[in-house]
Amino acid sequence: MSHDSDLDRLGDLVAEFLAEHPVETTEPSAFLHARYRAGLAWVAFPEGYGGLGLSRAMQPKVDKLFAAAGAPDNNPRRNGIGLGMAAPTILAYGTPEQKSRFLEPLWCGDEIWCQLFSEPGAGSDLAGLATRAVLDGDEWVVNGQKVWTSGAHNADFAILVARTDPDVPKHRGMTYFLCDMHDPGVEVRPLRQITGEAEFNEVFLTDVRIPDAHRLGAVGQGWEVANATLNNERVAIGGAAMPREGGLLGIVTESWRTQPENHTPELRDRLLKLWVESEVARLTGSRLRQKLAVGQPGPEGSAMKLTFANVNQRLTGLDLELSGEDGLRYEDGDGWAMVRPEHVDFSGRDAVYRYLRAKGNSIEGGTSEILRNIVAERVLGLPGEHRVDKDVAWKAIPR
Amino acid sequence: MSTVDVELLDNEVDVDLRSTVRSFLAERCDPTEVVKAYDGDRSLTQVLWKGLAVELGLAGLLIPETYGGAGASAREAAVVLEELGRAAAPVPFLTSSVVAASVLLAGPTEAGADLLAGLASGERTAALTVPLSVAAFSAAASSGVSASSATVRSVAGALEADTLLVPVATPAGIEIRALSAEQATITPVSSLDMTRQLADVTVDPAAGEVVVAAENGADAVRSGLLAGAALMASEQVGAAQWCLTTTVEYLKVRRQFGRIVGGYQALKHRLADLYTSVEGAGAAARYAAGALALGSAEEAEIATNVAAAYCGDLAVTAAEEAVQLHGGIGMTWEHPAHLYLKRAKADQIAYGLPGAHRDRLGALVDI
Repeated sequence: MSHDSDLDRLGDLVAEFLAEHPVETTEPSAFLHARYRAGLAWVAFPEGYGGLGLSRAMQPKVDKLFAAAGAPDNNPRRNGIGLGMAAPTILAYGTPEQKSRFLEPLWCGDEIWCQLFSEPGAGSDLAGLATRAVLDGDEWVVNGQKVWTSGAHNADFAILVARTDPDVPKHRGMTYFLCDMHDPGVEVRPLRQITGEAEFNEVFLTDVRIPDAHRLGAVGQGWEVANATLNNERVAIGGAAMPREGGLLGIVTESWRTQPENHTPELRDRLLKLWVESEVARLTGSRLRQKLAVGQPGPEGSAMKLTFANVNQRLTGLDLELSGEDGLRYEDGDGWAMVRPEHVDFSGRDAVYRYLRAKGNSIEGGTSEILRNIVAERVLGLPGEHRVDKDVAWKAIPR
Repeated sequence: MSTVDVELLDNEVDVDLRSTVRSFLAERCDPTEVVKAYDGDRSLTQVLWKGLAVELGLAGLLIPETYGGAGASAREAAVVLEELGRAAAPVPFLTSSVVAASVLLAGPTEAGADLLAGLASGERTAALTVPLSVAAFSAAASSGVSASSATVRSVAGALEADTLLVPVATPAGIEIRALSAEQATITPVSSLDMTRQLADVTVDPAAGEVVVAAENGADAVRSGLLAGAALMASEQVGAAQWCLTTTVEYLKVRRQFGRIVGGYQALKHRLADLYTSVEGAGAAARYAAGALALGSAEEAEIATNVAAAYCGDLAVTAAEEAVQLHGGIGMTWEHPAHLYLKRAKADQIAYGLPGAHRDRLGALVDI
């Protein structure tokens, strides 16, 4: 079916749906569940799981139609990890039962998700992780510590990777689980960052019990499944559709325009360089999405994320410089007070906050150094790094 | 400042066109032939240009069917230029089929229409007589020659052209006159990039015939130079892609200290960064071509400034990285890397420096 006729059909479907479920008289949660069941949630997902099996390119159009009708949304910012990472992974590797159980409450925002991947001893070397899962009857017993878990304090479920076989090389001994964050063995502690606040957490897992039915993929397949998640994460981070001068560039250009007293030719040329690079990144993102409309995210998303981190950090640094003495003040909210934000939002915050928070952009979701390795190896086909731990049983690796 | 929807990937037409041009160049544009231009042998240019312009019919790509052209758009021209850039091909496609054709299309007189038909068929080749370094938005673009100042230095495409498009300053404005090459003195210049060799041109401003009248002349020059900058970005992308691909291939086979050199992280990271920038350049150049094709004047200019500012520096970086990462062999005459370094550095200066494009962009986007 052609793009245009899909578009017409979608328009009709949304209109029909809105006629049957008037925005004014339908309770928001009921509206969202009905939208999911009508296949108008994430239209690229298959029928029966909130979608219609259409191209990803259709999604913004559907969202726009619903937004124009004043329909309630599923507050996607609150569940970024659920929507951007857990959902596509569950769709790709889940059993029919898992898909039916998890996708609908996830999309509707009834269940919020977080990601239990990184550990104190497994950052860039994620595959070296040490959290253990041991089968006991038809349940797995999980023990270990996770870190950098954004939103763990609000989450109902987590995507979790744990070691199930320490006797085989590290990449082969992991398994992927869907973990109930309300299990009594889950303890969430805030982790304070350089901004002063605690957006992330440490998560301690002590005898957490996960039913085998909540294992995603085969035992030992965890690395492959985790990579599907990570590729989606990098697309989610680096590839969001954006208008020209959107995002951080918009904030910094506004800053420039409202502080003419601080203008110098040097600052102007640096801002224009970043304007150009942001626009190029925006266009690269558009092209990547045109490519994704016909396939799955691949390692190219890593290149997007590299650019995004680099441009953000330079923009936020420049913003402080072009703010004169205001660049020296941090009066955002309670200053350095430790707070627990619901989500990361660069707008409406102090420039100092943005400068500091952007430092995380080249660390979270894969450091820029690891991403360069990924681009070099998986896109350009250059040789892999020397590895002393590759064909060694995980338990024999020094740590 | 509203953006336009541009298909940023090759569509079926683009894929066919690209493969036609690529296989033509693979067969006839060997680097060992291209390099001979630096030793005074320009014979490849003639053969190649005849093949591309007449056999493949590419000279009339941008020219509407009413003038006998192919009636394609800047999108298709961009695909051709990516391939020409990849091969460092010494042909006047950019100077004649893009810049000169765009000048004429801004408002041809009857004689101008005849010339367009000649360009479209590939029988004639033209060059705009302004220095290659002039940007569309610069004061020099609208000065024009006069009896007292009738020599124009550093003109690209003049050596290949049978017709010169000369902007002449008149009381009514700039009119564009077409002179035959015989009516001018064309002196070849030993150029940084001999695959687009420059010439100093001296003309009689009263000679030839008017092809764009004074009321349209200044706009015509700007339009030609803008198209030049917009589409040269695609040439720069092609050159950068060649540099990246060739360097990656070399580093996959070169061994030192018992290891494949491309396995060293210091080099992998440089290539990953280069890949990232080349991808960005590809998107920016295609968008500029698309915006130009859609004919939205302000958006085309913004997109061109973005692409020119980004691709101009990027192609130089790519060529410099290619020379460095090839080690000693990259410094030799025998290896083609220097063809791309010279082309990229010259292109960076052509039609306005990246910094000048940024400055102009700033004026357009209120920065």
